[in-house]
Amino acid sequence: MWRLLVRWFHQLASPPYFYRFAGRVAPWFGVVGGLLIVAGAYGGLALAPADYQQGDGFRIIYVHVPSAYLSMMAYVVMASAAFVGFVWRIKLAHAVAVSAAPIGASFTFLALVTGMLWGKPMWGTYWQWADARLVSELVLLFLYFGYMALRAAFEERDKADRASALLAVVGVVNVPIIHYSVIWWSTLHQGPSISKLDAPSIDASMLVPLLLMIFGHTFLFVYVLFERLKGEVLLRERQARWVRKLVGTTA
Amino acid sequence: MTPRRQRMIVIGLVLAGVAVAVLLASAAFQESVNYFRTPTQVASGDVPATRSIRLGGMVADDSVARDPGSLTVRFTVTDYANNVDVVYTGVLPDLFREGQGVVTRGRLGADGVFEAEEVLAKHDENYMPPEVKEALANAKKAQ
Repeated sequence: MWRLLVRWFHQLASPPYFYRFAGRVAPWFGVVGGLLIVAGAYGGLALAPADYQQGDGFRIIYVHVPSAYLSMMAYVVMASAAFVGFVWRIKLAHAVAVSAAPIGASFTFLALVTGMLWGKPMWGTYWQWADARLVSELVLLFLYFGYMALRAAFEERDKADRASALLAVVGVVNVPIIHYSVIWWSTLHQGPSISKLDAPSIDASMLVPLLLMIFGHTFLFVYVLFERLKGEVLLRERQARWVRKLVGTTA
Repeated sequence: MTPRRQRMIVIGLVLAGVAVAVLLASAAFQESVNYFRTPTQVASGDVPATRSIRLGGMVADDSVARDPGSLTVRFTVTDYANNVDVVYTGVLPDLFREGQGVVTRGRLGADGVFEAEEVLAKHDENYMPPEVKEALANAKKAQ
């Protein structure tokens, strides 16, 4: 069993095999993610009651929390892939890191914007430079931008892979800082509601749609990652025979 | 040593170095990374009188008094160990309520009253429908 798994893993690292695998698997993630998001959005916007303090304004968590969670999750995926690519020189791993970066940056941007839109009516301010949670999440956005900009500065893909991988791995230090900022320091941002070990501080009628949204967004992330990866693999392998055969040019 | 091992050590050392640097920096700036000071810190004289600071805590129950005819409002910020009286002139955020979190920015006056220039509501991590809140309040009263 173990040997079979290892063989499958090695096979997966081969670009043509992976390309076919991603093409088969991606649509399922898209469909399941789409269904979960539709169900979660209906539950969160129509079924869940208004909050006792915030009224209907609290409903922005159904976008904010999944985005914030995936902004960090995508970074962990990117950094892990970059690490594997750097140490074992696996090209497909670098392709994963490259493909994850813009998705992670988008979720980070969404988390920041939805947070600011909520902050103005609830806290009374869009942004506070002294808040550790807000600033560390902004640093995450700049890490994504830095990773993408660094790659763009290299002409050769191999060099870009290696240099940007180092940045991606080092930046992972920021992820626990974001997560624990509201516990380690006093912040304007509230503490965790659902990732606590004891009972969650959010009513079940509001929690269930939120969990649906979190899973839905995660599936959506995997779907978009696979779709981007297919493009990235084709680009990297454009000289290979299997790609030429695939697109029908024999020149 | 294989090149693969070498690369693993290099990346591990770089990561460890950055992590240690960040750890040291955040330990050194612990005070300034904190967004606000508590009433207990103010009471212990831990707070400079000349500089503007942020004071955070709960708005004490039955402490909010509005000045008729102006936007001036007085209230007490508490951490249930110590209290600080605050005076503020301006518009309060919607979530400003007694028994809820608040962060004010301003200066501690010579008379011990905190003169706030800005008041922000600090929302807590509790989310529930109004009926649940009511049920909780009733249960507390019945005790």
